[in-house]
Amino acid sequence: MLTINSIKKGIVIDHIKAGTGIKIFNYLALNKADFSVALIINASSSKMGKKDMIKIENAIDVDITALGLIDPNITINIIKDENIVEKIYPKLPEKVEDIITCKNPRCITSMENYIPHEFYLVDESKGEYRCRYCDEIYRLTEI
Amino acid sequence: MLKGRHLIDPMDFSVQELEEIFKLAEQIISNPKDFSHLCDGKILATLFYEPSTRTRLSFESAMLKLGGKVLGFYEPNSSSVAKGESVADTIRTISCYADIAVIRHPKEGAPKVASMYSDIPVINAGDGGHQHPTQTLTDLLTIRILKGRLFNLTIGICGDLKFGRTVHSLLKAMSRYENNKFILISPEELKIPDYIKKEVLRKGNIDFIENEKLEEVIDSLDILYMTRVQRERFFNEEDYIRLKDSYILDAEKMKKAPKDMIVLHPLPRVNEIAYEVDSDPRACYFKQAKYGMFVRMALILKLLGVDEHVND
Ligand SMILES: [Zn+2]
Repeated sequence: MLTINSIKKGIVIDHIKAGTGIKIFNYLALNKADFSVALIINASSSKMGKKDMIKIENAIDVDITALGLIDPNITINIIKDENIVEKIYPKLPEKVEDIITCKNPRCITSMENYIPHEFYLVDESKGEYRCRYCDEIYRLTEI
Repeated sequence: MLKGRHLIDPMDFSVQELEEIFKLAEQIISNPKDFSHLCDGKILATLFYEPSTRTRLSFESAMLKLGGKVLGFYEPNSSSVAKGESVADTIRTISCYADIAVIRHPKEGAPKVASMYSDIPVINAGDGGHQHPTQTLTDLLTIRILKGRLFNLTIGICGDLKFGRTVHSLLKAMSRYENNKFILISPEELKIPDYIKKEVLRKGNIDFIENEKLEEVIDSLDILYMTRVQRERFFNEEDYIRLKDSYILDAEKMKKAPKDMIVLHPLPRVNEIAYEVDSDPRACYFKQAKYGMFVRMALILKLLGVDEHVND
């Protein structure tokens, strides 16, 4: 496996589903960063087979909630003095607005386009969300 | 406090709030004259984006009996809706003219959207196959009056349990009361969906059994709730014809039913209750329609907050 120097201070986003790293990279706009960032794809993982990782050598603010929607199984490690001082697991938000769109053709949102798409968490472990209007259930993995 | 609220989902109101509505409905039934002017000067708007004559007449009659007036449309082709006006704009405009609105729409969630943009209370009168809360209120008031309680009941529900939204709402609503038991009678093809079994029945630890034959279980019921098997739910005509007659209630089956069982049906019926049953004193579906109007009267009064001087 290719090695990338461990970082002194910053954030390591680990256990990203293989293929999803680039989405998080883009979401955090890391291509515009002026600090060092490593996006590692298809790293071997005993748990996951293959995984992606992102190492960020800077203490930036990340929206853990939004990252959780992209991939709820990630681990966010906060690094200080080359040590992990905190591990954060994202929690799925209770309410999501205009990130997921309802695909039910019978739903009023399919007919009138000014309506905000709103979803409410129904099952955290399964990542299931319910449309506010038609009650259709969606899994994050389907979206 | 129900004043100013909307009714979109049958579960929007707590058991206590429903109790307030039912008590008021019972007062209206015993002394209708005391209520005949409470809505003087008030206007109910009926916005029917698809026809449903029965539901619309029930609401209109409820408002007229309270002394109020009614305006609206029941043929979207002839209205601004046909010109493409949104639900949000329609309700904002109607809010200027009326004090309370009833909306029926083919799309799921349309009444919810209306309530978000409305300055006046909005009542969902059916949104596609999704919700029809005033039917549930009607069912509960009917049971409360005819059986004297909403708990300790064995409720048989027969017919299309898969697509029937009134059935799902009734199950949810009756599950909130103590010690009710359900007997779910349907053909294999139209059984209650798994998510209702899981989310409502198993989660709430509710006693239920499933059976394919009405005559096998009818003797154990306090209530028999019949539903129609809708032609449009079937993928092909052959299946419809094969199944539609499987669950017909007739005088023969009624012989096996307890003397104090009541038969309910949301109406209109197709042929699932034979006309010979109508003269049986246990056939209560026309009374149910009448209670539907009374419960809508009570609902209108509560949402408008004009019942306040009426004694409890
Ligand atoms: Zn929807």
